[in-house]
Amino acid sequence: MGTRAGGSSNGGRRRNGGTTTAAQPAAGAAMRAPDRTDTARDAQSGLSRAQRLELYYYMRLTRSLEERLVNLYRQTKVVGGLFRSLGQEADAVGSAYALDRSKGDILSPLIRNLGSMLVQGARPAEILRQYMAKGDSPTRGRELNIHYGDLVRGFIGQISHLGDMVPVMAGVTLSFKMRGQDRVGLVYVGDGATSTGAFHEGLNFAAVQRCPLVVVVENNGYAYSTPVAKQTAAAQFLDKAAGYGIAGERADGNDVLATYQVTKRAVDRARAGGGVTLIELLTYRRKGHAEHDNQSYVPPGEIEHWERENDPLDRYSRALLASGDVDSQELAAIDARAQQEIDAAAADAEAAPMPVGPDALVGVYADPPAAEMLWFRSGVTSAVAVHERPAGWGTHDA
Amino acid sequence: MPEVTYLEAIRQALFEEMERDPSVFCLGEDIGAYGGAFKVTEGLQARFGEGRVIDTPISEAAIVGAAAGAAHMGMRPVCEMQFIDFISCAYDMLTNYVATARYRAMLPCPMVVRGPSGGYVRGGPFHSQNPEAAFLHTPGLKIVYPATASDAKGLLKAAIRDDDCVLFFEHKYLYRRIKETLPATDHVVPIGKARLAREGRDLSIITYAATVWKALEAAEQLEREDGLSIEVLDLRSLLPMDDDAIVATVRKTNRVLIVHEDTRTGGIAGEITARINERAFEWLDAPVLRVTAADVPLPYAPPLEDFVLPQTADIVRAARQLARY
Repeated sequence: MGTRAGGSSNGGRRRNGGTTTAAQPAAGAAMRAPDRTDTARDAQSGLSRAQRLELYYYMRLTRSLEERLVNLYRQTKVVGGLFRSLGQEADAVGSAYALDRSKGDILSPLIRNLGSMLVQGARPAEILRQYMAKGDSPTRGRELNIHYGDLVRGFIGQISHLGDMVPVMAGVTLSFKMRGQDRVGLVYVGDGATSTGAFHEGLNFAAVQRCPLVVVVENNGYAYSTPVAKQTAAAQFLDKAAGYGIAGERADGNDVLATYQVTKRAVDRARAGGGVTLIELLTYRRKGHAEHDNQSYVPPGEIEHWERENDPLDRYSRALLASGDVDSQELAAIDARAQQEIDAAAADAEAAPMPVGPDALVGVYADPPAAEMLWFRSGVTSAVAVHERPAGWGTHDA
Repeated sequence: MPEVTYLEAIRQALFEEMERDPSVFCLGEDIGAYGGAFKVTEGLQARFGEGRVIDTPISEAAIVGAAAGAAHMGMRPVCEMQFIDFISCAYDMLTNYVATARYRAMLPCPMVVRGPSGGYVRGGPFHSQNPEAAFLHTPGLKIVYPATASDAKGLLKAAIRDDDCVLFFEHKYLYRRIKETLPATDHVVPIGKARLAREGRDLSIITYAATVWKALEAAEQLEREDGLSIEVLDLRSLLPMDDDAIVATVRKTNRVLIVHEDTRTGGIAGEITARINERAFEWLDAPVLRVTAADVPLPYAPPLEDFVLPQTADIVRAARQLARY
């Protein structure tokens, strides 16, 4: 990895910005007889060929799904903000892939971890419905974007108050420990969330209780417009692990296999009773905080540099091709499969109904089942004639 | 059956629910070996072990947040705030995460947050608070605040068995000052139902927690000295609130005095007044009046604290004025 950036004058410049660790075609690659059976293991990651292709599929699905969401946003069919993970697909997918769904492992994603939810079994049809506020979306139109969860498939939606999911996942994994279950939890936070009280309290609590929890600090350089150097005086987020008396590791978040491997070690440690691990994954947020954000605070050339030199999908497809056991037609077929799935899901989601007003009163409590109908709404099903979408969430709306 | 204090009634409820249901566990500061700042959890760790009676760091947000996570997974955690004043440190977790979980994500949060509340004990600004009004405004939470040992036990059992988050306020002035014989059977008091503490014809006092006892004292004095027949309604549950019981007492006496120990502005008395206005305005013979604490932080010195908090003499004076209206 690159040099430490904390307190340095390069502001938002990413510490590993200049290094390109993407695998180049190895000189001897063509000499080997490639093993194209799906069970062929990669020596470094231990993943089979089929698994490595699956990683590629989830990364591609994440990117293509978000590209479709951008189209829908511009058509005002996404009624709220849109949060991209462009350039961060590898860290979400690789880390989530280290969990064992068959054992009931659970993760809590951050706003830029759509990929982690897809790995856990979320489908484009749900994501599209969420963003479009449909009545049959997972939250029935109550919550935005990827703020939803499913305990059966193993993900718990975050809330907007950053850091809050750390104590919650401490409690989830505390329950695993109390019941003697062989399960692990993983929670994502961004560089900004490490500054919250909830992050500190939750991490400390989990550390003391030796909960089977992995805390991934996804360091993408910016919290909204604030660069890491204004978020912490620590040289690296990894340094915080020592203060909590827990294991810490750091990896290149744009290398999906490296991300997988570092998380797998932490998951194995947690499952073996070794407690909490803090992982810092270095990546870069190529889009703004949300779609409205024009990124005027980013130094010129920085985004383009990351796009050109360190795109996780480019890097991974090059590495797969260089390994000799994958060919470009296979990757193209995966791309097409992801796109077809999204096309079908989008058509389906667009046709799905919006919720009706009085649905809003149901389900605050188990008992009573619904809130009281306001007296002035008696007999009213639609509060206004036209449900207007605001022109934009910010001043720079595209 | 021996008489049991309000504090012992709470301890019994915790003990019995932990015996009954292995998913119930307690977490909080100094609740294990030490038994809690007021000894409410004394003996629990010896009986149930460190795994189910967990001493935590000084981290109210983590206590509440971890309880929520465990509750999602089917546990029924009971959090202790060492003093309820510190619940404000978990305000975000309670109002943003816990209270919204079922509605936005269909995530159950069966959990209790309990702790010693209230003044009259020379506790000063940070060991005397009544923060119920701050949470009354949050859909998704339930709030109970018992005045008797029997209700303390029965409501805590109901709170632990409830499928949503219940804030359980315990009045520390009452901990060891009141006693009663409790029912021998599994005693559960339903959340959302008020209790008629005293029947009367001329005027209703609507109140809860420690001021129930002051209202009862005032009622006796008013009967003795003025020949007034005072009804006292103990709300017990603040969220949900027993509107039917409130309306019933208004229709019976046509005069209402609301008494609470919390400060005045934005306090629960205002909410009760609005409900009476909406549902029983034509049954009133006089304006609804309030006896509450003054709008100041609670001071330490006895002459100051006693001046800020509502006293029996205040209730007597206010009731006389209302009866004359």
